Amino acid sequence: MVAEAKKAALEERLDGLTLPEGGGWLAAARRDARDRLDAVGLPGRRDEYWRFTNPAPLVARDPEVSDVSQSPDPFDGYESVVITIEDGVVTLPDTLPENLQIGTLREAGEADIHWAKDIYGTLEAMGSRPVLRPLATLNSAYATDGVVIRATGPVAKPVHIRTTGTGDPILHHVVRVDADASLTLLESGTAGARSNVATEIDLADTGAFHHIRIQGPDHVRHPNTHLFARLRQESVFKSFTLSANGLLARNEAVIELTGDDATAHIAGAAFGRGDFHHDDTVFVTHDAVNCESRQVFKKVLRDGATGVFQGKILVKEGAQKTDGYQISQALLLDEDSQFLAKPELEIYADDVACSHGSTTGAIDETALFYLRSRGVSKRDATDLLVLSFLAEAIEEIEDETLREHVGGRMADWLARG
Amino acid sequence: MLNIRNLHVKLEEEDKAILKGVDLEVEAGKVHAIMGPNGSGKSTLSYVLSGRDGYEVTEGSATLLGHDILEMEPEERAAAGLFLAFQYPVEIPGVGNMTFLRTAVNAQRKARGEEELSAGDFLKVVRERAKELKIDADMLKRPVNVGFSGGEKKRNEILQMAMLEPKMCILDETDSGLDVDAMKLVADGVNALRSEGRGFLVITHYQRLLDHIRPDVVHIMSDGRIVKTGGPELALEVETNGYADIVEGAA
Repeated sequence: MVAEAKKAALEERLDGLTLPEGGGWLAAARRDARDRLDAVGLPGRRDEYWRFTNPAPLVARDPEVSDVSQSPDPFDGYESVVITIEDGVVTLPDTLPENLQIGTLREAGEADIHWAKDIYGTLEAMGSRPVLRPLATLNSAYATDGVVIRATGPVAKPVHIRTTGTGDPILHHVVRVDADASLTLLESGTAGARSNVATEIDLADTGAFHHIRIQGPDHVRHPNTHLFARLRQESVFKSFTLSANGLLARNEAVIELTGDDATAHIAGAAFGRGDFHHDDTVFVTHDAVNCESRQVFKKVLRDGATGVFQGKILVKEGAQKTDGYQISQALLLDEDSQFLAKPELEIYADDVACSHGSTTGAIDETALFYLRSRGVSKRDATDLLVLSFLAEAIEEIEDETLREHVGGRMADWLARG
Repeated sequence: MLNIRNLHVKLEEEDKAILKGVDLEVEAGKVHAIMGPNGSGKSTLSYVLSGRDGYEVTEGSATLLGHDILEMEPEERAAAGLFLAFQYPVEIPGVGNMTFLRTAVNAQRKARGEEELSAGDFLKVVRERAKELKIDADMLKRPVNVGFSGGEKKRNEILQMAMLEPKMCILDETDSGLDVDAMKLVADGVNALRSEGRGFLVITHYQRLLDHIRPDVVHIMSDGRIVKTGGPELALEVETNGYADIVEGAA
């Protein structure tokens, strides 16, 4: 039974949408998602995982209007294979490095047989239990396009999806990393006034996937993203997101460790002020032996900004030798800002090591005085301490050049205020 | 250089007087030492002079080269030429030591209306100074004081002093937590910076640091006042007889 309010919200949201045309397996997957969506409706404020974030701007029929971003792409100067998505139109690169296949979702959906068929909507449906993720289900039904990426071996250059525009895109990406293959995916762009981007990542045994995403610094944005990852034996998944500004960002990550000895790390650094609202919602499920998971999230909030972290580690029965770690920290630069954290552990195995922590604090006065006593102004000293606070999250980026690139971008944005 | 007159200070949070009328003048080119038992107000004096929050000056004055420093922000005092070497240098993860040093040097230059040092010039100077203090390249790259040993932290303080070239240096218990070798290295660094135009105020509980940094004048502080002033021999008297005799004799 779907509550009337949710059903009404769904009807309103779907009013402006039509199921994208096309046949084949993709049409079937869309219809399936549409059916699942009908059964659950859209999120409301009373839902367990929407108590800290008002879903209204994400479920409204129309988004708040924004201007075209004037900011240069944050990965400018970093060599990569670039895919652009401008106002929903996907443009693929002309040449590809070895071991890499790239296509549009639209084309893939028309093919009789395609590897993406077994992943599209499947990981999303898996990840929508036990916690519903209706906006991701809506995405599986209504995504107009997206990118399908397959790594069949080590891919030498990162693949970079740049999403720009001013509209309200719904995009769905599918990634498969084969055995012994590795892929680095970069994501950037304002995407639009509002965006709903779902990415399903399927990792074969020993596959490795690195993901670096930069959101911002434009403020009038409402990004709603979902990452769904399935990890098999000895596979590695590492994702990092830098967020600067944004009226409402909700980044969800749903990670299932289904093969033994797999590793999943997810981290984020976010900062904003005023009506900035940033929500990281992470759900990691251990369903295999000897896996490691790690969640590291840091936010800097000022002038009444709000940060949300909802992170869960679920260790299923039999998932022995699990090593789970989770930390969420906020630096509040004034008394008007707030950080709402909901760390959760749910453990059904008896031989595991899981820990979690959450802290909220102000600038360290002693450190501030130390810097000022060296002649650094209060403002610059505060900036340095903010940088210092976020640096620990940046450290989660494994690749040194990428780490420096992202760190540099962050420092630039912080310095500009 | 540094002129302190009848300085009275209490804690902001509670009505507790810490300094009860300190008079002190440090001349350019001289090294003054302040010794005294725990709780006598030595560290408070260093914090009040450098502008740390939490203290309230109720009476008296402190000037540096004729400028009233008590009204200045900590960064303005630094730009005016004051430097405090911390007893417990602060760790700042994620900020490279070099970045920190350059930010500080250029902030002060800017505040004084001087041109900022270019990256190249800065690098050259910092490498030279670091070498003299046996600070290796790795320590310069690492985040500020993170993972540094006690000795490394204090050497890093002296490196900052050498880079910022202050007119008046206050060393707060610089010897605490150091073994003899580390203390000697720090003292050598300080001695190298002694010059005609620079004053030093060395705060210490023990005489041993003063074996290495020879003071011109020694003051004994007790209960928020300077109770006795003398030459280097006063430090030796403390070493032999302890503070009790001197403090009681003065009372």
